[in-house]
Formats: sequence, C-alpha cells, structure tokens
Amino acid sequence: MMRILWAGAAAAIAASSALVWAQQKSSAEGIAEYRAMLADGNPAELFEAKGEALWKTKRGPKNASLETCDLGKGPGVVRGAFVELPRYFADTGRVQDLESRLLSCSETLQGISAAETAATPFGRGEQSNIEALVAYISAASRGMKFSLPQGNPEERKMYELGKRAFFYRAGSHGFACASCHGDAGKRIRLQDLPELTKNPGDGVGFAAWPAYRVSSGELWGMQRRLNDCYRQQRFPYPGYGSEVTIALGVYMGVNAKGAESVAPSIKR
Amino acid sequence: MHTRRQALSASAKLALLLLGAGVLPAVAQAQASGFNQTAFDAKSLAEVMKALGGAAPAASSDVTVSAPDIAENGAVVPVGASTALAGVKRLLVLVEKNPAALSAIFEVGEMVDANFSTRVKMGQSSDVYAVAMMSDGRVLYAKKEVKVTLGGCGG
Amino acid sequence: MADPMRIRAQASGDKATVRVLMAHEMETGQRKDAAGKVIPAWYIQQVHAKLNGKDVLSAQWGPAVAKNPFLQFMIKGAKAGDKVSVSWVDNRGDTRTDEAVVT
Repeated sequence: MMRILWAGAAAAIAASSALVWAQQKSSAEGIAEYRAMLADGNPAELFEAKGEALWKTKRGPKNASLETCDLGKGPGVVRGAFVELPRYFADTGRVQDLESRLLSCSETLQGISAAETAATPFGRGEQSNIEALVAYISAASRGMKFSLPQGNPEERKMYELGKRAFFYRAGSHGFACASCHGDAGKRIRLQDLPELTKNPGDGVGFAAWPAYRVSSGELWGMQRRLNDCYRQQRFPYPGYGSEVTIALGVYMGVNAKGAESVAPSIKR
Repeated sequence: MHTRRQALSASAKLALLLLGAGVLPAVAQAQASGFNQTAFDAKSLAEVMKALGGAAPAASSDVTVSAPDIAENGAVVPVGASTALAGVKRLLVLVEKNPAALSAIFEVGEMVDANFSTRVKMGQSSDVYAVAMMSDGRVLYAKKEVKVTLGGCGG
Repeated sequence: MADPMRIRAQASGDKATVRVLMAHEMETGQRKDAAGKVIPAWYIQQVHAKLNGKDVLSAQWGPAVAKNPFLQFMIKGAKAGDKVSVSWVDNRGDTRTDEAVVT
C-alpha cells in the first residue's frame, strides 16, 4: 500500500515539475510572441518623423538647422553615423556619443545652450527634441552593423575607462553594471539580461537602444537608459553626457562590433 | 420660431429616449451622441450590451479574438477582433477586468473588412473579448485570457 | 496642434491594409500626479477614415486604448494611388487629420 502511495507521490511530483517546465518554456515563447506582435507599428516612428523635421528646421538664437552638423561621417551625413558612435571629434577635441554631439552641434550651429539641455529633465523641453533627433538619426542606420572606430588614442582610452566603469562596484548594494550584464544567461523576472562584455547579438543590448518604452510611452536614448541603470544600482547619476557615460557607450559599442542595429526598437 | 438649433435639440432628446429604450439603430445613435459615454462607463459585458441595446451575447467560434498569451507590460497589449460572418454591424473589444470593460467600438461599414487590430491597456491579467453585433440582432463573442506581467526591476 | 499620424496603406489584391500610429497621450483619468492630484482624462473618442473623400470607417474609443494608439484595418476595393485620410477627435474637442496615398 505504502509503495503505491510513494509511487503516486513521485508521479505527482514529476508531473508538476513537467508542468512547471512546460510553463517556463511557454513563458519565453509567450514574451517572444508579444514582442513580435508589437514590432509592426512601433510608436518610435512618431519620434523619427518629429526628429527628421527638427534636423531640417531652423531654430534657436542663430536661426539655423542642424543640417551641417557633423555626426562623424561628414557635415550633414546622417546615414551610417549612428553605428560609429561614440567616436573622437577633432573640433571638440573629445570622444562624444550621439546625444553629447547633438548638444554641441545645437550650441555651435543654433545657439541653443548645451548646459541647459543637459540640466533639463528627460522628456521635457529640449530633451524631448533630443529624443526625437536620436530616434531619427538611429533609424537612418537601421540594419547596419556597429563599427566604432578605435584608431584614435582618445577612443582607446575611453574604451578602457568604460571597461573600468562597467566593473566598478559601489553604492549601497555594491552593484556594478557587471552584476547584471557581466555574465551570460542572467534574467530579472521575465527579462533576459544581455551580456555586455561581448557581442550579445544583432539587435540585443547596445544594439537595441534607443527604444520606445511601452511602460512609460516614451522614447529612451542611451543616456536615459544609463540614467535608469544607475538609479537601479542605487548610484548617483554621473550626469547627462558625462565622460563616464560616453566611456560606457564606447566599451559596449566596441564590444558589439558587427552586431546589427535595430534602433529605435520597442521595449516593455 | 422653429430654428435648426431647436430642431436638433428636439431630435437629440428623442434619440436619448430611444437610446434608453434600446430601439435606436447604431448609426443614428452615433449621430445623436457622437460618443456613447454610458457604454464606455459600463463595468461588465452585460452592462455594455445594455448600453448598446444589444442582446445577451453568445460564445461563437465564428468570432476571433487575437491577443498574446502574455503581455510583458499591461500598458500596451495588441488585440485583434474579427469575423468572417456576413451581416456584422459592429465589432467591440472588451477587457473584462479593466475599471470599464469596453475599450473600442468599430462600425463595420460595407467598405471595410470585419477585422480590426489595435492596442489596449490592461490593469491586470484578464479575459479579453471580441464581440460581434449582427444586423439580425444576434450578439456573438470570443474570449481569450491574457496574462499581464510586470517585468524587469519593476517598471 | 497634435503631432502628425503615421499612416501606411498597402494594396494587396482587391483591398488595402491601412496601419496608423497616432500621437496621443490617451490619459485614462485614473492616474494621480506626484502631488496626489488626479490627472484629467484626455483621450481620443472618435476615429474616422475616408477613401478618396468617402467615409469608410468610424470607431469610438475609450481611455483603455493604449498611448500613441495603433490601428489596423482593411479597406475593400482600395488600390494603389487612392487617397486614405484618417481623423480623430478627442474628449477635449481637439482633432487631427492626416492623409496617405495607397502604395
């Protein structure tokens, strides 16, 4: 009698384990299906359209457009620029990511204060214009492969600084970027965490930002993404367009060499 | 003096009376109010049907609701409502556990397919309904459970 | 004046599939701001579409439709070169109309 009961119990445990396993597999598939259903008709397109108009509109105290801004491939060249950023710029003498480059172009060409934009909260005022420009410029490189230059010593220095920042543990919880993104196969609830010390693949990790975030209905650039990472790590945010945020972009972007950009993508 | 304004006001009042009696056809209802606030305030499928003057709904395999099994975030859940049946007047999308059940009403005119896709907000895991109101008075529905999760670090 | 919609209309066989993205907050009126005050409801209530100036679609939406709404529908008999226009009216009485050519 006892043997039958034990056998029954063992079978029940096996069955419920199998059920849990099946549920886990279908959760991942379920999430993939959800994302596929949203891929067509990404609200980021609304931001792309706004950004294109902003690039071509005369604005600011100097009443000029951004059409002569050099994003790294020559004045006014938008296509292909995103997948080579961050990079060194001779005119500013430093390595810049897309957002800090837009700030310096807006200041130089249009007379719009970079410091003021950097101090503006995300999603407001000039920041909402930067979001739109970032959507437009990244969209122009959609499908192209990341190929950040490392020929300039400043670019190589920033890579090393970014690597150091990536592994730097601090704050109340001793988190580093590496805590979540330093190994393969990590997950928070239902979100897979890409391993950013290497190329995690086409359209993943660095290659998926900027993105339209459905949870807030907003377009997030890499600066905002990093800002939120620092918040989650209980670190103070290093500042919009700061050297360390650009350095992290160099580190992740160089590691993602050859990955196809899908930006702007859609995220939860 | 029987002004146009007086005439419109009179017909609006009549429409409201008929609305309450559930007699008025859909097109005239739209003209009278433009937007059926009562239907969009209703808390359940039954209340929505009452506000729209529809019969008690019956499940039907001829109506299709398409939605994901799981939504990574309840803020944006893709939903489709369709049917291949002839004689559909309206297709509705409902989310049972939302504060108000009705999300959308699509008038199926002769120039469009009875096939609409949109995205809705869901406050929690819930059944999602596609409801077809037929010109012969039948009301048919299909439903699907959509699980809503809260992902990542909580937002 | 609200931001423009993105409308794509593609002909296939004897119909055209129209996909629209609208820029709108679709605020439910259920949320509160940081000070605890209710954020007023602000959402698209009516959507209309026309083919070459003729009404083809009308819809009523509630605040449960997602922010920056997406809509897909199929117009019978539409072909390349036809004009599709989509309009919305929200609960504040604001309105927006945009057009696209069927490809």
